[in-house]
Amino acid sequence: MRRGLDRPLLVIVGLLLLFGLLVLYSAGQTDVPTAATGAWKRQLVWIGGGLVILFVASRTSPRLLEWGAPALYVFSLVLLALTLVIGTGTGTAAGTKSWIAIGGYRLGQPSELAKLALILILARYLSSRRSAPQTLRELIPPGLLAGIPFLLVMAQPDLGSAIVFVGIFFAMLFWAGTPGRLLFLTLSPVVSLLLAFNTTIWGAWMVALLILLLVWRPYAIEAVTVYIVNSAMGAVAIPLWKRLAPYQQNRLLTFLNPEVDPQNAGYQAIQSKNAIGSGGWLGHGFTEGPQKRLAFLPEQYTDFIFSVVGEELGFLGVTIALGLFLALFLTLVRVARRATDPFSSLLAFGVLGLLFTHVFENVGMTVNVMPITGIPLPFFSYGGSFLLSCCLAVGLAIRVARDSRLAGYSE
Amino acid sequence: MSEFHSHRLERRATQARVGLALAFTVLLGAFFRAQVVEHERFRLRAESNRLREIPLAAPRGALLDRHGQVIADNIPGYTVRVLAVSADSLQAVLDRMATLVPVDSAVRARALERFRRTPYQPAIVFPDASFETVSRLEEHRPALTGLVIQAEPKRHYPDGKAVAHLVGYVGEVTERELDEQRYPGARLGTIVGRLGLEQEYDSSLRGRAGVRYVEINARGRLVREDGAPSLAPEAGRPLTTTVDLALQRYVDSLWTADLPGVRGALLALTPKGEILALYSAPSYDPNLFIGGISGDDWRRLTTDSARPMMNRAIQAMYNPASPFKLAIAAMGMKRGLVNLRSRMPITCTGGIQVGNRYFRCWKREGHGSLDLEGAVAQSCNVYFYQLGMRLGVNAILEEGAAMGFAERSGVDLENEIQPIYPTTTAYFDRRYTPRGWSARSVELNFSIGQGENTQSLINMVAFYQAMSSGGKVGPPYLVRPREGHVRDLGLSDEQLEGLRLAMVQVVQRGTARASAQQQFQLAGKTGTAQNPFGKDHGWFLGFGPADEPKIIVGAIMEFAEHGSSVAPYVAKVVRRYLVGPEPAEEAVPIQLPGIVVDSAPRVLELGPTPRPVEAPARESVLTPALEPPVP
Repeated sequence: MRRGLDRPLLVIVGLLLLFGLLVLYSAGQTDVPTAATGAWKRQLVWIGGGLVILFVASRTSPRLLEWGAPALYVFSLVLLALTLVIGTGTGTAAGTKSWIAIGGYRLGQPSELAKLALILILARYLSSRRSAPQTLRELIPPGLLAGIPFLLVMAQPDLGSAIVFVGIFFAMLFWAGTPGRLLFLTLSPVVSLLLAFNTTIWGAWMVALLILLLVWRPYAIEAVTVYIVNSAMGAVAIPLWKRLAPYQQNRLLTFLNPEVDPQNAGYQAIQSKNAIGSGGWLGHGFTEGPQKRLAFLPEQYTDFIFSVVGEELGFLGVTIALGLFLALFLTLVRVARRATDPFSSLLAFGVLGLLFTHVFENVGMTVNVMPITGIPLPFFSYGGSFLLSCCLAVGLAIRVARDSRLAGYSE
Repeated sequence: MSEFHSHRLERRATQARVGLALAFTVLLGAFFRAQVVEHERFRLRAESNRLREIPLAAPRGALLDRHGQVIADNIPGYTVRVLAVSADSLQAVLDRMATLVPVDSAVRARALERFRRTPYQPAIVFPDASFETVSRLEEHRPALTGLVIQAEPKRHYPDGKAVAHLVGYVGEVTERELDEQRYPGARLGTIVGRLGLEQEYDSSLRGRAGVRYVEINARGRLVREDGAPSLAPEAGRPLTTTVDLALQRYVDSLWTADLPGVRGALLALTPKGEILALYSAPSYDPNLFIGGISGDDWRRLTTDSARPMMNRAIQAMYNPASPFKLAIAAMGMKRGLVNLRSRMPITCTGGIQVGNRYFRCWKREGHGSLDLEGAVAQSCNVYFYQLGMRLGVNAILEEGAAMGFAERSGVDLENEIQPIYPTTTAYFDRRYTPRGWSARSVELNFSIGQGENTQSLINMVAFYQAMSSGGKVGPPYLVRPREGHVRDLGLSDEQLEGLRLAMVQVVQRGTARASAQQQFQLAGKTGTAQNPFGKDHGWFLGFGPADEPKIIVGAIMEFAEHGSSVAPYVAKVVRRYLVGPEPAEEAVPIQLPGIVVDSAPRVLELGPTPRPVEAPARESVLTPALEPPVP
């Protein structure tokens, strides 16, 4: 195993785990006892378990994964469906059903497993094809593979996790070589949905889309479909908005302007940004962040743990943390690039898609770049099943890297 | 799969790297903006999040008398406040507090009201808590979220009601006062001066409040007492007044002992206008207002028919009555119509026929032939009717205005009432229509100080001050004279000397002769102000020693019926000032004069008498301790 080990990848993940654990320790150092107190000790146990899983995953052959992918995928769908029936919520998301519990003991979030299963099944499907999808029609099978778990998670409802499925889906399509314009057309209804709230802008968008369709010349039927779906989205956007739960509306509204509702929906966004902004260049010092200490920071040990980094370690600490994540992702790009076979390559890139979606969405929401969705930060946020699935994902990437090294890959 | 050829893969890898770099640039840019560019804004917001301001009251400047004795100072007190995140949590804390110390519904309502006005500041629950309350609360601090106990200086008036009308009182500034900018620099919760010296000199007495920051957590619980550097309060400047506290106390004790229940006022000045004593009865205890007056006390003070909050020395008006005869005499002298030895054509036979009516003198048997000196001494109406008619209505109005009867005295106190004194006959035309009044009746009325002429005690005292002190004086004052209130009688020294001698005669052998003193010569003038609502009010205005006045004292007593019953008290105050405390002050019985009645007749009828601004109660509930003089 020592031979072919991708040391940079392991070192970066090790540093991220260490960094995350330190910040989690600090998150528990508050003047009033919170749930975060002592969470770092429990997390240490999870990290131990995670390392074991990482090791096991790195010893698992991609062939075995490729073979078992369909079964795992179906199993994860069953679990997701089961969750809707017997699932329980937790913490601030107590109203949702995202946990599977037996006898009161929560076993984990099936959506974490489903994310990995989606990566595997998409890798298997896309690598088995002669060429990348070139038409919208060819996108239907992978779209269904991603769409089913996406909808099941949305039904929990867990918008944050659901977005991860979308992230994985597009990352892997891209890596499989799907043309950019096809991805663009696939995404266009979402743009319509967002722009529909302003008739003028939406009208301009529809004109631009028409021009693009004329230039790119996809199959006529597909062009018409895209255009009709876009029009439909524009039409249903407002009725759809009205059907959203008030908290979902508030989250989206407060993303645009947190001051709309500073006491409730905007509270987290405002407090997080206050804490981060007050950090300045160097921050208040490790464990010293006053907003965190006084419990003004919401969920400071789970979803908003990155605000602690911003408050206590300042812009410098943020740069280091983001630098580590960027290094991890660039390494994963390299691993995917050098993988011995398309399945392994897609697998590594899927892991990248998974982690990147989490990081970008989580870090982005702490500075109000992204709307607030309950989504954890890999290696930082407290939580067992998510940490284990991250370690598992990284373990798979390490295996892919090892295979390519043993195969003698060089530039 | 052709897409996984090396070169195509490499192209996508590059695209992926660029995409990642872009995404991280966006994130890092957002952090740079928040943490570096807008750092200061977020730092302030984060601090206002966790820091709460607790105002530190500045000690008010002490009020001192002319000898440096303390009239008002500060004593240590405690303010109990509660920091709350919501009205509900404040309620909860108050509930818990109520199990430890009495928290009545008024306290509760006021605390909630304060919280609603300034939710980010700790709400005051007990503005002036006792030590027991504080120690009881301190014991249970862990159960009382957001409890802030602050030692603060509290105003204290050691002499209480003896100085009430002099000092006024203090209280929390109201929202309306803030809107009106009445107290520059005051904020919600600031203690400001009301009435008296406290109000007049509030800006220098108040000082500047400091501020202390405490740190709270997201649940509103106090975490650290020293959240950030605090700003020390700046103490108010002490104020030395012209008051002679010993004299002020003496007036109070005299009134309390000998005149219980008598409403009135007494004012003592030096010839320069320095106010030595200012007393109004009934009085109130200004200490009641410290920490907010209770509803019961406030109702008691404001609904009392005796109106203890009214400063009768400056806020009440009365007909000046006989003391105004000196003004008529002064006008006559100034116009060159009379001197001290001038006699009038008609001798007093108990009245005078004017037109088809007979106007009485107060002395039915008549005074006989009197010169001006004698007429002042005996307060002979018949003499002054004739002098008034000789002056004519225009001269009376013009000269009266010139001598300051149409203006406030200009004392450095708020709320001095504007006297009523017409400056031209147009006033009567407006009031009664040009044909509805006659110049003659105005002349007759004004010549004995009745009619449309009501004066405050302080304005009358200021006139006597001018007469006794060279004819030209500045306004009376407690700290420093206000600009532009010079009273010039326009009389020569000889004429003033004549008036002075006449007033000596009042005490030597006239209406106030029972008040003559052995140690010094007292001069002055008695008077009886008509009161349409009950017994007449008594006046006495005097000064001593007569040849070289050192103190001018005026007093008004409501329902006293006669000025001669007021004179002894004024005499005592003058003596107290000039001679000092007597071995046994109370032992000297007041010998009420048995002869002289100085009563203005009420036969004059000239429309309704201007009503005194202070409308006394219709029923004379208070019996003056003075026995009615026997004619």
